[in-house]
Amino acid sequence: MIPAAFDYYRPETMDDVIAILQEHGDDARVMAGGHSLIPMMKLRMADVPHLIDLQAIDGLSDITIEGNRITLGAMVTQHDLIAHDGLTAAAPILQETALQIADPQVRYMGTVGGNVANGDPGNDMPGLMQCLDATINLIGPDGARSVAARDYYESAYMTAREDDEVLVSVSFDTPSGGHAYEKQKRKIGDYATAAAAVQIANSGGIVASASIAMTNLSDVPVWSDDAAKALIGTSCDADAVKAAVAAMLGDIDPSEDNRGPVAFKRHVAGVILTRAITRAWSRTTSRA
Amino acid sequence: MNDMTPDREERSANLKGMGCSRKRVEDARFTQGKGNYVDDIKLPGMLHGDFVRSPYAHAKVVSVNKEAALALPGVVAVLTAEDLAPLNLHWMPTLAGDKQMVLADGKVLFQGQEVAFVVASDRYIAADAVELVEVEYEELPVITDPFESLKSDVVLRPDLDGQTEGAHGPRKHHNHIFTWEQGDEAGTNQVLDNAEVVAEETMYYHRTHPCPLETCGSVASMDKVNGKLTLWGTFQAPHVVRTVASLLSGIEEHNIRVVSPDIGGGFGNKVGVYPGYVCSIVASIVTGVPVKWVEDRMENLMSTAFARDYHMTGKISATKEGKITGLHCHVTADHGGFDACADPTKFPAGFMNICTGSYDIPVAYLAVDGVYTNKAPGGVSYRCSFRVTEAVYFIERMIEVLAIELDMDAAELRRINFIKKEQFPYTAALGWEYDSGDYHTAWDKALKTVDYDGLRKEQAERVEAFKRGETRKLMGIGLTFFTEIVGAGPVKNCDILGMGMFDSCEIRIHPTGSAIARLGTISQGQGHATTFAQILASEIGISADSITIEEGDTDTAPYGLGTYGSRSTPVAGAATAMAGRKIRAKAQMIAAYLLEVHDDDVEFDIDRFVVKGAPEKFKTMKEIAYAAYNQAIPGIEPGLEAVSYYDPPNMTYPFGAYVCVMDIDVDTGVPEIRRFYALDDCGTRINPMIIEGQIHGGLTEALAVALGQEIAYDDIGNVKTGTLMDFFLPTAWEVPNYETDYTVTPSPHHPIGAKGVGESPHVGGVPCFSNAVQDAFRAFGLRHTNMPHDHWRIWQTANKLGLHE
Repeated sequence: MIPAAFDYYRPETMDDVIAILQEHGDDARVMAGGHSLIPMMKLRMADVPHLIDLQAIDGLSDITIEGNRITLGAMVTQHDLIAHDGLTAAAPILQETALQIADPQVRYMGTVGGNVANGDPGNDMPGLMQCLDATINLIGPDGARSVAARDYYESAYMTAREDDEVLVSVSFDTPSGGHAYEKQKRKIGDYATAAAAVQIANSGGIVASASIAMTNLSDVPVWSDDAAKALIGTSCDADAVKAAVAAMLGDIDPSEDNRGPVAFKRHVAGVILTRAITRAWSRTTSRA
Repeated sequence: MNDMTPDREERSANLKGMGCSRKRVEDARFTQGKGNYVDDIKLPGMLHGDFVRSPYAHAKVVSVNKEAALALPGVVAVLTAEDLAPLNLHWMPTLAGDKQMVLADGKVLFQGQEVAFVVASDRYIAADAVELVEVEYEELPVITDPFESLKSDVVLRPDLDGQTEGAHGPRKHHNHIFTWEQGDEAGTNQVLDNAEVVAEETMYYHRTHPCPLETCGSVASMDKVNGKLTLWGTFQAPHVVRTVASLLSGIEEHNIRVVSPDIGGGFGNKVGVYPGYVCSIVASIVTGVPVKWVEDRMENLMSTAFARDYHMTGKISATKEGKITGLHCHVTADHGGFDACADPTKFPAGFMNICTGSYDIPVAYLAVDGVYTNKAPGGVSYRCSFRVTEAVYFIERMIEVLAIELDMDAAELRRINFIKKEQFPYTAALGWEYDSGDYHTAWDKALKTVDYDGLRKEQAERVEAFKRGETRKLMGIGLTFFTEIVGAGPVKNCDILGMGMFDSCEIRIHPTGSAIARLGTISQGQGHATTFAQILASEIGISADSITIEEGDTDTAPYGLGTYGSRSTPVAGAATAMAGRKIRAKAQMIAAYLLEVHDDDVEFDIDRFVVKGAPEKFKTMKEIAYAAYNQAIPGIEPGLEAVSYYDPPNMTYPFGAYVCVMDIDVDTGVPEIRRFYALDDCGTRINPMIIEGQIHGGLTEALAVALGQEIAYDDIGNVKTGTLMDFFLPTAWEVPNYETDYTVTPSPHHPIGAKGVGESPHVGGVPCFSNAVQDAFRAFGLRHTNMPHDHWRIWQTANKLGLHE
């Protein structure tokens, strides 16, 4: 648990960050909270000769709610998400999710940007961002560009971000309707055995819109359009939920690990999604 | 003596003696980060060691190339077996009578085995150099299953080739270590063959690990000028380490000083001797400067002593009415690559022969076969006396299985088979003499407190509701009644490498009436500095606040066998009381002299000696202490000191009654602990607050083991649970509220009647949590399923029973 030697940088401007990235290519990595990267370095599973700490860059820690649009800076911590009343009022699923990530000590350091950018299938924010149809905002040598969260993840730890790009924020429209983030884990600090992010809008007792994403059930987060479609236009009755679960099961591809065999994970994924839809739907009706 | 007048009450309270919940004196430094652990030790010029470890579970070591590592600036040495061989330190004896490689001698037997020891000026450089040591391996077939091992042609230990006799009798196969038999085989078989009812079950008590928060480590400092070796380390038995170090190194024992500083939890993990200790010593001898070695978490989980890994097969017979008539137990014990179990030398399977439990079983037979595999060595007593948790889990599962066989209530089945109060001292079928017990009183109190009948009624209603589809949660009621055997132990049958398992205490009373007491034990969090001072306060009439307790430095402490197996209070606690009584006897003579009466005319009263019948004439212990140093008393030597080496006449037998109520989500496999009630009888209670803390800690480690904590290997011997992501260490989040309760049945042979408590909750807790899970499925036909009961295994149980259809 002793990392290999590395150079540590703490630049104060994004231009400096990008310059270091350009100079060292994939020998350089930016670090936000460090709660994924540092353990990987200590295990010597990640070799990072040039480590760039983003802590000194201004303007990456803001939560802004402008009209219908919410933007979270890359350095916003999980704790910030939990503690922000305006955000919780506008998009309560963020607080519900963040409360299920690790423990308070980790949440004080762990960031939205790190969680989204790393491409670890166990992280909760990627699935959530897909559920919310978020946009991932990057800056690189050629300026800024945006990638839809639903297009961002290619395989485990592989994303649409180029080596010389930095994730600076994520943004999404204020979600409407009811929400739920349901997660089964073995213990505090563990990744999900299965987790589901659900947003549902209710129009006169009928599902007007729905979005469903699953976490740690494939090598990337799984946004299941078919599962959502199975709900839309229904009264979210038991048959509709069953259809949504069946559709979701067609999209996930879990693998066996210490959390259990594939059959168990698929079963639990169905149970977790059923519970998430039920809770999200109950929240719409209670608001209507 | 007279009634407790306000004055006497106040004097008694000021002592902070036995029975009071004195706050822990250790906690001020621990809670403020002022502890002094091995890794806090920094000496001038100190070097740092790190291991090259085998990535393979079984391989030939073809070559080790040190060149690149030695070329790295800051690297001082790279040691291999070849370097240690001239000193004859490439192998070391184990506590179990086997030998173990210090560094790989031609082959490796488990993943994570120590291959080379790098010594560098800096911890980071040492880690970098480890990567630069080039080791060529040639992979060999891997055996991770002990049954397969006993059938395999693969010889795991060619160094033992041709040795048909091991440390514990004949070896039946080249991968077999020992067979240990206890009891009456023919008699047991006869009873089983003719029994009205026989229940049989096979169970696996999985491999796990004590995982103390502080990992293992040592700092060795060889002073070449005076020839003295000082060794600081995470040692649960520092004196034994000194003796072993002397025997191994040839350094005379008076030239070795072993110090256990603060230890961050041991739980059995720090009883044995590890290659890291030996390598730090050798490296210091070679370099002439201090060398530190501290393992990381992964190294701790992969290579230092594991616990359990017992495959157990039981047969229990009974009459139709449920009276148990006989018990048969066979164990196949997976010891890994070397037999490094930490048991008293004559007990290769520890006290597994306590497996008749709390029950009056007329005849029994136990056989344990130890087997080599390609797994890490160990087999330590993780928060239990030697193999006692295996024994209690075995009998408490067999009782449940017998209850199913008899279609009987498991609480009632226990009750009708308990050893009765009037039967103590009771000699069990496998030989132990239980010193005392009152099981029926404890059991009845437990069942009444939890409203056992009400719980069973609720459970039956839940089963009906489940069948009607109204709920997906089942309710389990876990029962356990355990008897521990702790306080090893009588020198006549307990020793470690020939050292009798007595323990010791030495007391010095200072002229102004305060004191220091030193013991042969060493606290790893148990609170010895608090509780031993309380024992002494009650014995010698000096406030616990005025008594320093010191342990762990072999240059100052009297010889003792250390702290594990709940032996500190039963053995060293007894030595403390006995040494205190010697102090008191001398104080009585001094008091009589000062009061100008005959010795027999004064008597002890809380903190003083008073003249019988004239309590206004007295000398306090403070006055007596001063007199011992400031005046000549005819016929009495100056000073006030005593030492006691205590050889206990018997073990102690704490017991307890536990009940766990659990709700299990059949669809996700998630268990929710609704209630946990623990009644413990540890005899005389020294500090109720510390007892409660010990029970909370032991139950939490029991919950861990029962519900998910394991060291798992894949088919080629890779450790699958090498980090705390996968190795379950519960936090406050996973832990339920515990209700604690007690009865008091003092040990008749212990000077203060105490029995030890640190391990009871673990021993009782594991079967109780497990029984709760299994009981939830009893109505649906489950007989037995193995731990750990993590989510997927519980789900699988439900799935196999058809509960997901």
